[in-house]
Amino acid sequence: METPIVSLNGVTFQYDGQERKALNQVSFDIYDGEWLTIVGHNGSGKSTLAKLLIGLQFPSEGEITVCGIKLNEENIWDIRKKIGMVFQNPDNQFVGTTVQDDVAFGLENMGIPREEMVHRVEDSLKKVNMTQFLHQEPHHLSGGQKQRVAIAGVLALRPAIIILDEATSMLDPRGREEVVETVRALQDEKSLTVISITHDLEEAAKADRMIVMNKGELFREGTPEEIFSMDEQLIQLGLDIPFSVKMAKAFRSAGIPLSKHYLSEEELVTELWTSRSRM
Amino acid sequence: MMEKMIFGRYVPADSLIHRLDPRSKLTLIFLFVCIIFLANNWQTYAIIGIYTFLLIGLSRIPIRFLYGGLKPVLWLVIFTFLLQLFFTREGHLVFHWGVVKIYEEGIRMGFFISFRFFFLILMTSLLTLTTTPIEITDGLETLLAPLKKVRFPVHEMALMMSISLRFIPTLMQETDKIMKAQIARGVEFASGPIKDRIKAVIPLLIPLFVSSFKRAEELAIAMEARGYRGGEGRTKYRQLSWKWGDTLQLVLLVIITILLILFRS
Repeated sequence: METPIVSLNGVTFQYDGQERKALNQVSFDIYDGEWLTIVGHNGSGKSTLAKLLIGLQFPSEGEITVCGIKLNEENIWDIRKKIGMVFQNPDNQFVGTTVQDDVAFGLENMGIPREEMVHRVEDSLKKVNMTQFLHQEPHHLSGGQKQRVAIAGVLALRPAIIILDEATSMLDPRGREEVVETVRALQDEKSLTVISITHDLEEAAKADRMIVMNKGELFREGTPEEIFSMDEQLIQLGLDIPFSVKMAKAFRSAGIPLSKHYLSEEELVTELWTSRSRM
Repeated sequence: MMEKMIFGRYVPADSLIHRLDPRSKLTLIFLFVCIIFLANNWQTYAIIGIYTFLLIGLSRIPIRFLYGGLKPVLWLVIFTFLLQLFFTREGHLVFHWGVVKIYEEGIRMGFFISFRFFFLILMTSLLTLTTTPIEITDGLETLLAPLKKVRFPVHEMALMMSISLRFIPTLMQETDKIMKAQIARGVEFASGPIKDRIKAVIPLLIPLFVSSFKRAEELAIAMEARGYRGGEGRTKYRQLSWKWGDTLQLVLLVIITILLILFRS
């Protein structure tokens, strides 16, 4: 966890024709194998951050280093081999006419020989549990399934880092669960670094570390527990704190003590049904 | 409904014709369009006819599908026949009633030209009925590959075609959704005078265009993020395989051509 795989140093970015800086002097590190969540209200600069990381935009000031390479316009294609990205809209990132064609799209771009491609397509679809949909057309798939195909497309390229840019925001709760579980399993099994950009704090709560963005600046950095302990402030930033945190707060104000400040929904339930025996 | 029109054209089956490589099928259609003009008498038309029906038989396409493809153009075939029948003024006069004069050559030409038309439609329908749109795209991309030398964007064309094919059902679903949303707001699509109905299409088209442009932009970003940088150095996942059947099929076409040259007058 000690070596940063991505580091941002004083990154500033301004869109053409806009007065306010989308990002202002942002610096932080992302470590190998961790799950980092970046949260923030609309316009906090979190999506701009994702665009900069994959080189769709370049910082006007400061620098980004990915896997030891300083990102610039020349090496952008090498960087993109290391970082995969899953976007928000499941439909608008599905390029192929069938599931297998879509997974192969990135491989085709990299000029991977066909035999290798067949092998990798199968392999990555297996990892996201979509093998039985090999020949399926996108309009027969659910949103969650399409996002899993997008993940498979990223995995096929064997990246070190995967960025989820609001990848679950257009999905129903079931699809959301599917996608988060899939990524979580992948991250556990191999050292994949996950950068998840979201405004869903329930999802963010599952991360190893969180970064809160506000008005283009890094507002706070810490573990979900640390972040959720500043509940009032989060609400002021336009973020909705998870149900379990709200519940815990209500318990505390009603005079019922809980063991830790931040609890996931499951932990809260366990805490409650075992609280009697501890009293 | 539209979905049926475009995708319903392909009839999945496991026949000799279905299994042919799209390249060989495309070549076949192209050459067929050329050699059909060699036919100019009863014998040669018979050869073309037998050949066409042989292929249709091998494709195991139910006749009703072929009929479905033919129906919209059938009146055109009949019209061609009548045009030739009434306006050719050669050979013996066969029939005379008032201003209507039908000559022997008119009957002959009427039959020939409408048969030529009929066979052409049958053969092109056979291509779309036995080949998926994406196979046709792949076939075209490989066949047209030499045009890259003259800077014709073959790869880009093929990619555009395949992306359009992929997005047709998505846009259909979207149209349906917008239509329902507008109906809920009181727009009438199915009734009222023609003028109003045409006007009603505007609140359907504008949101559809706006969202299509948004989709296109997002798709372009996603493609770039996935390393797309044009056709150069790209490998292909879909592979076409030329089998002995394809060669045989083209040999048969050559034989037909030779027969046509021998028998034409």
